[in-house]
Amino acid sequence: MSDPSHKLSIGSLLRRPETGSFLGLAAVFVFFTIFGGTNFASVSGAASWLNVAASLGIIAIPIGLLMIAGELDISIGSMVPAGSMTCAIVSGHFGLPIAVGVVAAFALGALVGLVNGLLVVRTAVPSFIVTLGTLFAVAGLTLGLSVLITGTTSVSIKAGPEAKFLLGHFINGIYQVTILWWIAAAIFWGFVLHYSPYGNWILAMGGDKVSARNAGIPTERVTIVLFMCSGMSAAFVGLSQAILYNSAQVSAGQSYIFNAIISVVVGGVLLTGGYGSVVGIVLGTLTFAIVNQGIYYTPFDANWASLIIGVLLLVAVLMNNTFRKMALSYTPSRNPSRKLK
Amino acid sequence: MMTRPLLTLSGINKSFGPIDVLHDINLEVYPGEVLCLLGDNGAGKSTLIRLLSGVHKPTSGTITLADKPAAFASPRDASNAGIATVHQFGGTFPLMSIGRSFFVGEEPKKGWGPFKTFDRKTANDIAVKAVRDLGITRITDGDRLVGGLSGGERQALAIARAVHFGASVLILDEPTAALGVKEAAHVLRIVLQARQKGIAVIFITHNVVHALTVGDHFAVLIKGAKAADFRKGEKTREEVTDLMAGGEQMAELEAEIKSYMSSHPV
Repeated sequence: MSDPSHKLSIGSLLRRPETGSFLGLAAVFVFFTIFGGTNFASVSGAASWLNVAASLGIIAIPIGLLMIAGELDISIGSMVPAGSMTCAIVSGHFGLPIAVGVVAAFALGALVGLVNGLLVVRTAVPSFIVTLGTLFAVAGLTLGLSVLITGTTSVSIKAGPEAKFLLGHFINGIYQVTILWWIAAAIFWGFVLHYSPYGNWILAMGGDKVSARNAGIPTERVTIVLFMCSGMSAAFVGLSQAILYNSAQVSAGQSYIFNAIISVVVGGVLLTGGYGSVVGIVLGTLTFAIVNQGIYYTPFDANWASLIIGVLLLVAVLMNNTFRKMALSYTPSRNPSRKLK
Repeated sequence: MMTRPLLTLSGINKSFGPIDVLHDINLEVYPGEVLCLLGDNGAGKSTLIRLLSGVHKPTSGTITLADKPAAFASPRDASNAGIATVHQFGGTFPLMSIGRSFFVGEEPKKGWGPFKTFDRKTANDIAVKAVRDLGITRITDGDRLVGGLSGGERQALAIARAVHFGASVLILDEPTAALGVKEAAHVLRIVLQARQKGIAVIFITHNVVHALTVGDHFAVLIKGAKAADFRKGEKTREEVTDLMAGGEQMAELEAEIKSYMSSHPV
């Protein structure tokens, strides 16, 4: 018996969770290359959508893993500015070393994730509602505490050269260094989901939480850890933006909620859990960023971008459904006559 | 054959609040035997298997497994003790691959330290071999999704998993109910294979023909009480059918239909 699993064929490619998102990415890339002209695909054009994709992608991957595990985290919309403000207040307003600000922002992200995870696990309230609550709670806390401590809603921060180099500079003057962090995050999460045994736990939890628990998977611990990771990822994006732009604002961040969900769904993750891939999420994020930024290179009014994203989302979901059905109905055709007797 | 029962239920009662679901159930299940649990809808079969698989606890009475009292706090407890339950639709993770779903919670690993990886090839090979050992030769690719298998193949996969992880008691909840004739026959053959391995099989079914084909020992539940307990060959198919439908009630029903038909000629 040969092992057919490593054989590459068009059929086996079509059955992967990221196929739909790859085709979507190719389609929008071709579309904007045609209508956006040479600027869109140029070095500086690529930077504009890669920079958007990087910070969105760092958040989208853990959100995608939560969705694969059957949960959702929308509190990241507040966690981005909260991480940003925490870092700026600790290191900018109080003048502590930048490392302390970074650690503080991460700690806050972990704490918010812990609260989300504990509430979801202990109360069995849907995670959408729990994180909707923490979304507003964290937004309120960030605004309230910022005004209380600093008297303003915008704090400046001066990072040293090391911090700037690691988190807030432009490679070649145009590519944000977060692109490298995004690649690192994708490799890390790709390993977790597709190669480590924990990936199996995440997929099983999204498939059927009760059966997963009965099979011995510590579902509560995995859920809490995933929420903590999404909180910390959002805090990371926030703090790196603060260091990049030398200032932090209490607002800005709500757009990440829907953008991350769109990226994940376009990337082939099943909204109800149990199915998806990190490569798909990365491709979905790129697709979103290209539509979001590519519109500025075309003669069309930028207002049309939302229309394209909306249509893209619907097409992607339908396409992903089709590919998932193909994956489900796949049977090796080598012994077609040898039916189950 | 061993003469001592592997699993013994004595004086099991179960009530949910004021509603009595099971009264005074006594049952013995022997290794290498198929016990068919028969009964109409609502007779208490599902509750009984939930007690055995650790979902519920009996209100009173004792369960003994291999001469030791067994009080399962959770389904995990029961499966650690060697009681595996396979539900009607088999695999519960339709979007996972055969290899991955086979090893959920028991993943084979390779590599070192924090870089230990899920050993996909080993998982796929073992899962495919386990299910092929049960005669499902059509499954060759462990990367196929469970949701793409036929109902009989999913049952076979779930039974193969239970056998692989060393179950001593295998509870099959209506495994043939959703299957066509050929697939059902295949699953019945797999049940007999599990029995040959010395596993105590508890086979829950509505289908008297299926029960009589594989069963060594039969228990009929009616309204939460054990109405009959007999061995293979002690009752005919008609007698068993009557028992399942509530004995005399079936005769009454037939008489009622007859009189209706004669008073309403077509």
